Amino acid sequence: MWWNERVSIISRGFHGRRRPDSDRLPPGQYLVDDFPVLSAGPTPRVPLDRWEFTVDTEAEQTHRWSWEEFQALPMETPTVDIHCVTKWSKLDTTWEGVSLDVLFEDVETAAEYALVHSYGGYTTNLPLEDLLDGKAWLVHRFDGEDLEPRHGGPARLIVPHLYFWKSAKWVRGIRLLNEEWPGFWETAGYHNYGDPWREQRYEGD
Amino acid sequence: MTAEHLDGNALAGPLGEIFAVDVTAATGRCAGCGLTGPVASLRVYGPDPGLVARCPGCDEVILRLVRGPGTAWLDLRGTVSLRVNLPD
Amino acid sequence: MPPRLAWRPAELAAIADESGTARTLRFRVPGWPGHLPGQHVDVRLTADDGYTAQRSYSLAAPADGDLVELTVENFPDGEVSPYLTEVIEVGDQVEIRGPVGGWFVWRPESKAPVLLVAGGSGIVPLMAMIRARRQAGSRVPFRLIYSLRDQDRRFYAEELRRPDPGLDVTYLYTRSAPAGATRPAGRLLLDDLAEGGWPATFEPDCYVCGPTGFVEAAADLLVALGHAPERIRTERFGPTGGG
Repeated sequence: MWWNERVSIISRGFHGRRRPDSDRLPPGQYLVDDFPVLSAGPTPRVPLDRWEFTVDTEAEQTHRWSWEEFQALPMETPTVDIHCVTKWSKLDTTWEGVSLDVLFEDVETAAEYALVHSYGGYTTNLPLEDLLDGKAWLVHRFDGEDLEPRHGGPARLIVPHLYFWKSAKWVRGIRLLNEEWPGFWETAGYHNYGDPWREQRYEGD
Repeated sequence: MTAEHLDGNALAGPLGEIFAVDVTAATGRCAGCGLTGPVASLRVYGPDPGLVARCPGCDEVILRLVRGPGTAWLDLRGTVSLRVNLPD
Repeated sequence: MPPRLAWRPAELAAIADESGTARTLRFRVPGWPGHLPGQHVDVRLTADDGYTAQRSYSLAAPADGDLVELTVENFPDGEVSPYLTEVIEVGDQVEIRGPVGGWFVWRPESKAPVLLVAGGSGIVPLMAMIRARRQAGSRVPFRLIYSLRDQDRRFYAEELRRPDPGLDVTYLYTRSAPAGATRPAGRLLLDDLAEGGWPATFEPDCYVCGPTGFVEAAADLLVALGHAPERIRTERFGPTGGG
């Protein structure tokens, strides 16, 4: 070497846990067989008799659902691909839950932005339009079973068209805002929007 | 992979990329409850999508570290102060 | 001023089986700055398409020139440990960053008696301390309490069969005790620490290492026995102890 080149040390025979690629994958992603559990804190335990989901509008109107009220709403069973910013993807994951379009049916708002907040303190932000028109669900079952606490149970948000950190586990509510309010990972270096197809992982991408 | 926590010893390598001294032996003060203790005794979650260190007393976030290609983001807003032993 | 922490190329120089499921790996790391017993390193593997994975491993032996010794337990669902315990061969390369961890260390200059409490693969950094004590010719009294599932999982069995003078070793088994054992199989209890450890009045330095659940239970028991929390240092490996 005549000047400093960074030469990668390759570990012969190392492949990691990955499965062969698929053309349904966004750039930089790979398939996994398991369902990795990533977390920023302890798993909250939320008894169903105290669980609630709220939508707070910018005009300080609150819409609230108890667990029973949530369970009484029309349920869908979306099958979607999910993509984590840490590069793993799973195709054809199956869930059961309520479309955000149903939850927002009677919500009057002119707000453009949403801040999703969870039991345990996690937050994530996205434009309101990314939650509507069949793009998001409040789900309580995964792969035919009740959603486990470590995967976000009793209920989590899923927004499959964005990186999975936007699909907040242990979701508690959505606040509608006239201005963006970056959430937990968005204020720690991750991208504000997070489109896997444009590989928007980090701030500045 | 589960969501159980490690402790601040797990921060030694990642923080060692940023700080010239080992900060796991440094004493931090939680901005939430005021508890002081070694960084090594923080409850640490991660490392994906980032390292999150929480106060062993009140579970508030003390420190966050995200490593991207060619960059690291370090958020210390949950720490009031860090006391680091240095050679004279 | 020590150089800033960076990834160093490391070549595997020797392998030894440690137990049915673990191996000790000795890497040669040119320019290795040395380390203290109790410290760890980060190991990074890179596949030929650029995919990387990294894990932390405790150093199993005290500083010895440019040699870095790790003991790795295989976790079949893991990503890095199956490579390190089943695939890597002498001559293969990884990257190592370290040494790191300035808090969970034992220094031979320290004179207080030492209590080491190991859960499973948590024995590794504590073994580095035991070996460092031997290397330094230290007479500081050491007691080791080594909790593990069954005899087949023991690391360093031969070495601990003939402990150095001044080192007491107590095994306890949580799933299956050997025939003739006086203590039935079961998890670590207060009595185990009272009998196999030092009285709190001796003010020992305590080091506890292993899976998170084990470490928290053991540390709580030590506090219950009267050991000052400031004298208890813990290192959690995570629920399975690796990956």
